[in-house]
Amino acid sequence: MADERFDAIVVGAGPAGTAAAYTMAKAGLKVALVERGEFPGAKNIFGGVLYRKQLEDLIPEWWKEAPLERKIVEQRLWILADDSAVTFGHRNQRYHDPPNCWTGLRVKFDPWFAGKAEQAGAIPIYETVVTGLLRAGERVRGVITDRDDGELEANVTIIADGVNSLLGKQLMVHREWRPDEVSLAVKEIIQLPKQTIQDRFNLEGDEGCTIEIIGHTCGMAGLGFLYTNTDTLSIGVGVMVSDLKKKRVKPYEVLDGLKQHPAISRLIQGGEVKEYSGHLIPEGGFNSIPALAGDGWMICGDAAQLVNAVHREGTNLAITSGRLAGEAAIRAHEAGDFSASTLAAYDEAIRASFVYKDLKKYRGVHSLLAHEDAEQLFHRLPQALNDAAYEMLLVDGVPKRDKQRKAIRRVKEAAGGAYMDLIRLGLKGWRAMNG
Amino acid sequence: MSDGTQTELQRGEPRRDPKRRKPMVGLQPEGDVDWSSYRGVLVVVEQRAGVAKPVSWQLLGEGRRLADKLDAPLLALVMGHQVAHLAEEAICYGADRVYLCDSPELRDYRTRPYSRVCLHVIRTFKPEIVLMGATYTGRDLAGAIATHLPTGLTADSTMLDVDEDRLLLASRPAFSEKMLATILCKQFKPQMATARAGVFEALPRDPSRTGEIITVPPQIPPEDIATEVLEFIAATDRVNLAEAEVIVAGGRGLGGPAAFAMLKELADALGGVVGASRAAVDLGWIDHRHQVGQTGTTVRPKLYFAIGISGAVQHVVGMQNAECIIAINKDPAAPIFQIAHYGIVGDLFQIVPAITEAVRARKAAGGLRADGEGVGFSLTGAGSGGPVRGAE
Amino acid sequence: MLHLVVCIKQVPDSREIRIDPKTNTLIRQGVPAIVNYYDLHGLEEALRIKDRHGARVTVVTMGPPSADKALKQCIAMGADEGVLVSDRAFAGADTLATSYVVAMTIRKAEEEWGPVDIVFCGKQTLDGDTGQVGPGVACRLDLEQLTYVEKVEHLDLERREIIVHRHLEDGVERVRAKLPVLITALAELNEPRRASLPGVLRAARYKPMVWTTNDFPDLDRSKIGLRGSPTIVAKTWVPEPRKVNTEYIPADPPEAAAEALVERLFASDIAEKLGWVQGVRA
Ligand SMILES: Cc1cc2nc3c(=O)[nH]c(=O)nc-3n(C[C@H](O)[C@H](O)[C@H](O)COP(=O)(O)OP(=O)(O)OC[C@H]3O[C@@H](n4cnc5c(N)ncnc54)[C@H](O)[C@@H]3O)c2cc1C
Ligand SMILES: Cc1cc2nc3c(=O)[nH]c(=O)nc-3n(C[C@H](O)[C@H](O)[C@H](O)COP(=O)(O)OP(=O)(O)OC[C@H]3O[C@@H](n4cnc5c(N)ncnc54)[C@H](O)[C@@H]3O)c2cc1C
Ligand SMILES: Nc1ncnc2c1ncn2[C@@H]1O[C@H](COP(=O)(O)O)[C@@H](O)[C@H]1O
Repeated sequence: MADERFDAIVVGAGPAGTAAAYTMAKAGLKVALVERGEFPGAKNIFGGVLYRKQLEDLIPEWWKEAPLERKIVEQRLWILADDSAVTFGHRNQRYHDPPNCWTGLRVKFDPWFAGKAEQAGAIPIYETVVTGLLRAGERVRGVITDRDDGELEANVTIIADGVNSLLGKQLMVHREWRPDEVSLAVKEIIQLPKQTIQDRFNLEGDEGCTIEIIGHTCGMAGLGFLYTNTDTLSIGVGVMVSDLKKKRVKPYEVLDGLKQHPAISRLIQGGEVKEYSGHLIPEGGFNSIPALAGDGWMICGDAAQLVNAVHREGTNLAITSGRLAGEAAIRAHEAGDFSASTLAAYDEAIRASFVYKDLKKYRGVHSLLAHEDAEQLFHRLPQALNDAAYEMLLVDGVPKRDKQRKAIRRVKEAAGGAYMDLIRLGLKGWRAMNG
Repeated sequence: MSDGTQTELQRGEPRRDPKRRKPMVGLQPEGDVDWSSYRGVLVVVEQRAGVAKPVSWQLLGEGRRLADKLDAPLLALVMGHQVAHLAEEAICYGADRVYLCDSPELRDYRTRPYSRVCLHVIRTFKPEIVLMGATYTGRDLAGAIATHLPTGLTADSTMLDVDEDRLLLASRPAFSEKMLATILCKQFKPQMATARAGVFEALPRDPSRTGEIITVPPQIPPEDIATEVLEFIAATDRVNLAEAEVIVAGGRGLGGPAAFAMLKELADALGGVVGASRAAVDLGWIDHRHQVGQTGTTVRPKLYFAIGISGAVQHVVGMQNAECIIAINKDPAAPIFQIAHYGIVGDLFQIVPAITEAVRARKAAGGLRADGEGVGFSLTGAGSGGPVRGAE
Repeated sequence: MLHLVVCIKQVPDSREIRIDPKTNTLIRQGVPAIVNYYDLHGLEEALRIKDRHGARVTVVTMGPPSADKALKQCIAMGADEGVLVSDRAFAGADTLATSYVVAMTIRKAEEEWGPVDIVFCGKQTLDGDTGQVGPGVACRLDLEQLTYVEKVEHLDLERREIIVHRHLEDGVERVRAKLPVLITALAELNEPRRASLPGVLRAARYKPMVWTTNDFPDLDRSKIGLRGSPTIVAKTWVPEPRKVNTEYIPADPPEAAAEALVERLFASDIAEKLGWVQGVRA
């Protein structure tokens, strides 16, 4: 056991934990930030979009010093069939100032952010795995690590150990995730010359572009993405674990399929794969949010399922939840009371924030994905949409009215054969997206 | 930090006052030195118990080439006890003049007495280039001498040359063999380098060569011999990869530790040693000392068998300079074939025993020296006759 | 109390360095900096002596300001003090200039914390790869030099004697020497420990001492940095990959394959070089 006591211990130096550590250290609390990686971000991955707003609440104009890749000025959505794509997109000069979001790499961003927490006074304890919690009855009084003399005590422990939260399970605030509550994402980083990326994606300087992808996921519920970094591309796909199990497909096979799609292969052509990684994403959404605080502990970020899968937002929810947990700890510190009732202030703050509201809005999406036929949503409909577009745009002497009818029939068939099916699906989708 | 330790220390031998500690020979005074009187290439001969290390003769071979280019004499320094015969040998291998220091105090290699003699020879006879083997002993000695002189020292060279300004161009691998760097020492003499064993060719031994032998008095003060070599324990399972001339290496394709016995048989038949890929070592099939490659030993044998080894770059950097590479692998696309001189695409379990048999048959027919043992280690034993087919 | 000094160097993890195929230059970007592998074995041995006999362990390194991270790692493992010698004037040093500065540093450490009994160095560095700094330091401090040590068999504080096993190509040498000595460590020496949690906490707050040229009143400036380095890197290049025309020998039947291979080996000059073909003429 280490001789000294801390005011707070944070487990996990991802966006959530670091935000909490930074907030508390800045207020003068004695904070230990424990991370299992060789350094923060060493093994962490995400798709790659970092948002301005939520981190700005902590560090004004943070983007001027943080290591970022490209400023996103265009976001696209591609709906893929086997050899075709229906595409949408939005590009806006207004995203230049102030920027809305950037692509980033965790190996660079996480160490920078954790460095800010260290500068603020948080004590880094890296390459150290937290293996359990020190308890006194219900109360959490610290952590046990895998080092010699490895127990560490504190008034409050903030759990931010990510989606597969070991500590969350130990606290029994959540069980093992069900296969339909998490998706498995695989991602590759592909290196290409800067100029090639700019030419292929119609970008200049540090401008960037994101492409979200629906369809071509072997008929499973999942989303693909292709993001531009400075001199690499991030390409990946996340698929519901329950579907992977059902279909007995390996995640990298899905990614390989995407990479070979004619619309995508030419964007990544000639690039060298630099990195391959996989990670879970919480998909349970609103209905899976566990209890957020108890005697001597709080839980935030992915560990608390605070991810907005629809808008691929996670880091920003993590940062906000970390900040709110940190602020609750500061108040508890001032009051000298770390009981569940004091720390409940964190739970209330989450409820009052966009985190809760956004997740609530999309609470239906999870059950839609879990209960609707994935084959239909992620294969037959995209296919039909592409066929319909093809029919409509093909100039072959068929009168336009007949074409329109044919196109609508295609989509209708994919939805189940009748207008009613299409309307039912549409409504369900609408409700899921609008809460 | 018990008090006991303190008193013990005080009772025992006194510690030297660091302020009164004097460097052994004193670093050479600064100031203008006339380097032009420095001439000749000196090779320091390494030996144990009167037997020279092959690298010594290899360096004489390379040194001969450099000396001829410089139109300067090739010098050798032989130190040890009862080593006069090595002075003669050094002449047979190309030296024009040999400095011989023979003394009981030099029986075992020890840094201080050896550097004392070395420094005396260098300062008295002023060679412009000094070469030593990049062996453990060679590096130990060279590092000490270069500091005392002082002069620049290039470690572990694999290419040597001289230019028109009589500068030594010593090239050495850098960054885990990924690059080569050429290193010069312009302002000091002698220019020193240690050079890797097995890279350079010895000249054929020529007993008719003549040369001069100059005896050097040892003059070793007693305080230089305080260190004692208590004993030398020769390695029994000679995993001397670095100096081996034949290596039979196996990888994950062997499927388990048992198959290394099969490799050992082939290695024994050829008088070679067994090597391994890291995969095989990591799996615990064979000891780390056998590992070839970036994090193992870099080897340069005449003959290298890569058996059930895919040829990952980390393995290849450690063995690509073998003179002849034979790859046996059932996967025709294995990268090892890209650098192999002979490739056999097939099952190692069938092919390796067959090769062992064929080699043994040769031996029985007189195609290999009958003792097999030692063949892989003796350059000196190389026959002077041309290549002759075995059993005919 | 015994005073043990460990010399360490922060090096780029050379296993991760790649060559840019187009420019033939090293890609150092993103290559992690680590404590030179062998130096950690030197530190571990010092810590073991400290555990057994009690000792003060001082770690010294010459390097850029960022090398304080390497010192902190040593503090976490259990070293008492870490000294970073850092100054622009030291930059560009070869082994001769490095050993001069490291030796001066150890001298100064002796003034601060008492005469040194054992200095530990690594066998060699991953980037310099010379193994010359250790012997250089030993010479300059007039320490007995024990290189390539794979075992410390015995340490007798009463008689101030140490017995070590030196690793050589063809065997092991047992050597007895009088303290003070300098030891260069092999990986076989020991298994470096993982820092304890209190160690990590201490390291997190620890600020290594930083000494610059100003801290060495009798430093000879002609012996440091680029100026004090007699060796010059004239050029670097990437060797051409060897091009070989692989001759494939049919594998079936194995006996024929084996015979064909042996036949070819004997016909080549390899057989002669290996001395296989002697005896035939005789
Ligand atoms: C493929 C993919 C794409 C994504 N794309 C985006 C995107 O574009 N934009 C976005 O905003 N979000 C995205 N996300 C989500 C986002 O990455 C997460 O929501 C966010 O990282 C959560 O932060 P966190 O701090 O809660 O957890 P994490 O980032 O997972 O951090 C947890 C930390 O805890 C450490 N840890 C875990 N267990 C222990 C232990 N026992 N002891 C010590 N340390 C421990 C881990 O090493 C890790 O550093 C994506 C996720 C994935 C997988
Ligand atoms: C930092 C670092 C350092 C490394 N350092 C080293 C190093 O120093 N040395 C080293 O070797 N590696 C090193 N490696 C590991 C290296 O990358 C490879 O993993 C390793 O060399 C693979 O060993 P292998 O060829 O035995 O195994 P594999 O790659 O698995 O190859 C086995 C081969 O055996 C063949 N085979 C299987 N069965 C048979 C059969 N019955 N008959 C014929 N052929 C068969 C297969 O076709 C295959 O080609 C290092 C890696 C890293 C990351
Ligand atoms: N800059 C340095 N500072 C401290 N010690 C060093 C430095 N460079 C080398 N050493 C020590 O000398 C050993 C041999 O280094 P090298 O001669 O560069 O291979 C290393 O393992 C270190 O112990």
